[in-house]
Amino acid sequence: MTSPKSAAKPAAKKRFDTEKIVLGLAAPVLAVLLSVVICAVLLAVSGKEPFKAFDVMFSYGTASDGQVLTLNRATVYYLAGAAAAFAFRMNLFNIGVDGQYKLGVLFAAFVGSQVDLPAVLQVPLLLVTAMLVGGMWASIAGLLKVYRGVSEVISTIMLNAIATAVVGLLLVPGVFAPDKGTATNAIQTDPISASSHFFTIETAGGTLWGFVVIAILVGVLFQFTLSRTRFGFDLRATGRSESAATASGVNVKRMVITSMVVSGGIAGLIGLPELMTSSYYFGQNIQPGLGFIGISVALLGRNSPIGIAFSALLFAFLDVAGTQLPLQGGYPQEIVNVMQGTIVICVVVAYELVRRYGLKRQQQKVGAELAAQAAAAKKEVAA
Amino acid sequence: MIDTASGRGPAGCARARHRASSVPPSLLQRNDAPCDHQEIAITASEPAPTPTGGNPSAGTATPAVELRGITKRFPGVVANHDIDITVAPGTVHALMGENGAGKSTLMKILYGMQKPDEGTIAVNGEQVEFNTPGDAIARGIGMVHQHFMLADYLTVWENVVLGGEKLYGIGAKAKAKIREISDQYGLGIRPDAMVEDLGVADRQRVEILKVLYRGARILILDEPTAVLVPQEVDALFANLRDLKSEGVTVIFISHKLHEVLSVADAISVIRRGTTVGDADPRTVTARQLAELMVGAELPSPESRESTVTETEMLRVDTLRIAKADAEGIERVVLDDVSLRIRKGEILGIAGVEGNGQAELVEAIMGMLPLDGGVVTLDGVDLTGTLTRARREAGIGYIPEDRHKHGLLLEAPLWENRMLGHVTESPNSKGMLLDPAGARKDTRRIVEEYDVRTPGIEVTAASLSGGNQQKLIIGREMSHRPKLLIASHPTRGVDVGAQAQIWEQIRVAQREGLAVLLISADLDELIGLSDTIRVIYRGRLVADADPATVTAEDLGTAMTGAAAGHIESAPEAVAEFQAIVAEGTEAESTDDTATDAQAGE
Repeated sequence: MTSPKSAAKPAAKKRFDTEKIVLGLAAPVLAVLLSVVICAVLLAVSGKEPFKAFDVMFSYGTASDGQVLTLNRATVYYLAGAAAAFAFRMNLFNIGVDGQYKLGVLFAAFVGSQVDLPAVLQVPLLLVTAMLVGGMWASIAGLLKVYRGVSEVISTIMLNAIATAVVGLLLVPGVFAPDKGTATNAIQTDPISASSHFFTIETAGGTLWGFVVIAILVGVLFQFTLSRTRFGFDLRATGRSESAATASGVNVKRMVITSMVVSGGIAGLIGLPELMTSSYYFGQNIQPGLGFIGISVALLGRNSPIGIAFSALLFAFLDVAGTQLPLQGGYPQEIVNVMQGTIVICVVVAYELVRRYGLKRQQQKVGAELAAQAAAAKKEVAA
Repeated sequence: MIDTASGRGPAGCARARHRASSVPPSLLQRNDAPCDHQEIAITASEPAPTPTGGNPSAGTATPAVELRGITKRFPGVVANHDIDITVAPGTVHALMGENGAGKSTLMKILYGMQKPDEGTIAVNGEQVEFNTPGDAIARGIGMVHQHFMLADYLTVWENVVLGGEKLYGIGAKAKAKIREISDQYGLGIRPDAMVEDLGVADRQRVEILKVLYRGARILILDEPTAVLVPQEVDALFANLRDLKSEGVTVIFISHKLHEVLSVADAISVIRRGTTVGDADPRTVTARQLAELMVGAELPSPESRESTVTETEMLRVDTLRIAKADAEGIERVVLDDVSLRIRKGEILGIAGVEGNGQAELVEAIMGMLPLDGGVVTLDGVDLTGTLTRARREAGIGYIPEDRHKHGLLLEAPLWENRMLGHVTESPNSKGMLLDPAGARKDTRRIVEEYDVRTPGIEVTAASLSGGNQQKLIIGREMSHRPKLLIASHPTRGVDVGAQAQIWEQIRVAQREGLAVLLISADLDELIGLSDTIRVIYRGRLVADADPATVTAEDLGTAMTGAAAGHIESAPEAVAEFQAIVAEGTEAESTDDTATDAQAGE
């Protein structure tokens, strides 16, 4: 039994790996292609020439100003995707990313406007503030789930609504907004101090936000935690099978709370690139819906830090390039939303199909290899 | 006499190996012979009793179901091999065999859930081919699954009609039909009751009614008694007799000897995926059946010396757990349970499933909160600690349901090797994982415990049940546990792996391991344990010495009929052990993997 086994081992391992990669890439590539086809049909039906539209998007995407804009936006999307993905890895559906990042950035803007430390301290202070607030807000959903059995889907949706109300409650003159009489209708915090500004890189295509470094750091830490730490193993085990994790000694209650807090902490960072490099204050300019884009990005990126990077770039590219569609040729910009939506639907279906196929295929392969080994062993005995 | 109605293969061949019950089993050839059936039927009369009413056909008529040469292969294993079964109409036909023998696969084939690779199925004399359960239903075959498929928040009536709306509509006509069937077969079902308010036995009757409503005349019951208490079993059997008298054919899957003997008209035994014999329940004894079912793989109780020491390893005192059930009534699942296991001792817990075994295990593992009691391991009080701390303190755990509690099915083998021991070497160093160490150790486990796999990067789901179990045992043993909790360690495992698993437990026992063994297989319990306790409705009601007890007497105690210290008559014990021992010598272990779990 042993000799054929050891001989078959390296070959088997290699083949399984290449196949794994092919299977892994098949789903997103197919999903993107399918959504391109759907959008092309939609455009053609509405009497527009579809390939011209794709050409407009592509040529803007390859231009340097388009690339810088794409990268800046992808930074935000990446953080949103990572926040959602961290919870997904635990089988938790954190729909509350939206509320968590709004509160995070509000508090960061307030602290930034009130405190003026040297940049070395000020920047980390704002990052920590945003993460703490986001994490604490998310922990409410975690605690409710663990101690009261409330589904995190329900509680985070509710907390989103509550977060909006809390923002409204705090963002009044005399609380977080300055009490300066009624100079404008727009209510917003004071601008953050100059030391709170994050560094930027000037390129030929415009200003590249330095926050991309933070996004990369989050991705690296995410990957490291998942694959190299005991905590990450417990997290993945719980995500794969809660019952097996419980039996193996994982404290599932604590894991639920911890991962909600971490997810909320990452969510807290989402609003900071905009705050610290572009707008410098919190007001009506805050972009809603980033939490939901994060969920789409995480789904497309298969909850893996590297996958999310690609899907964040793709979503950012679609958004940025989509702005050119009405300008060049009068295409509706909404086609981009259609494309993003169809990608997500296709990819969810495709992943499940690929997952089942892969599992079945491996079972068959293992069976076939074992049968071959058994046959070989029998021959040896006979000889 | 030979079972003439079965119409089975060359009669001379069968007669040649026909035997009286006094012939030792070792003298008989088994499935390695050219003709692989042995008959234990001794009566001269018709094997199938003539139906008492409803069905015009007599025992000599066309069989209701005839399976010929059924073979089903899953990747790498053969789940069913050349199975022949003939079921006479209007009878209760029991299909017996251990867990993993291939009963379920066979029934899935008969019910159209899986297609056989070879062989033919004939229903009422007509050759049929089933592609979906729908085809089987159209032919009048219905199946009641072990796990009920009912919607809790619908009434009985709605559940029955669901999916069968075309038959009698969904209104008064359907309700009248339900009442009619219920009265006809004495099922006593109220169509307007909510399913969530029903007990297990009632739900089972609803399932049976559901099948009858769809016109089934051939009923497959998959281990129907596993979830029932003895009184409910009696009631079910009364229902089955009613069904029979109305001409319905019942195929009854079970591995419980006394139940089969009390209800069946004919018995077919399956072992290692093939039919090894038919028996007439009126003449066959439980012992003969057990011997047919288990074959030669029983470990012999006398072939070893006691390794029990005086050092106490596990001490459980007055454990109590009460759970509120669906109706809010508090049900005591563990009541005043106290036990001790010494170093080198295997304590077996016997009991019908659902009498508190699972809760006892989970209480010791720290997975269930206690309402009272103390758990002490090697002098350390573990009562207030979490599962991980208990594992680190030296408890190894082979869970009852390995897919649910023992493995991450979609993770590679080496990650599964970490599961449950992620805080220990070689899986981690400090807070960081050590994948290289875990991989290396997984290779060692694969080698030492003969886990048949092409590599350690494949997912656990792609291994067969026996190999998954060997991996789990290898993992748990690798951390030198002080106490091993083995819940049904050989359930759904092929026979080759079974013998290995037993041997591994024995070896560890010799080195001073204390084992808490829970098993539904009484022969396994008697063969392995040093002491046996019987659990019944959450209480340890009886104890026995495996050297002086038979499976039959233990089975009696499991139904709550006996308490205190059980001791069987010495002659019965001697006979039981003799059969077991002879069986062991007579047959060499065949390496054919017959594992029904593969491919799942």
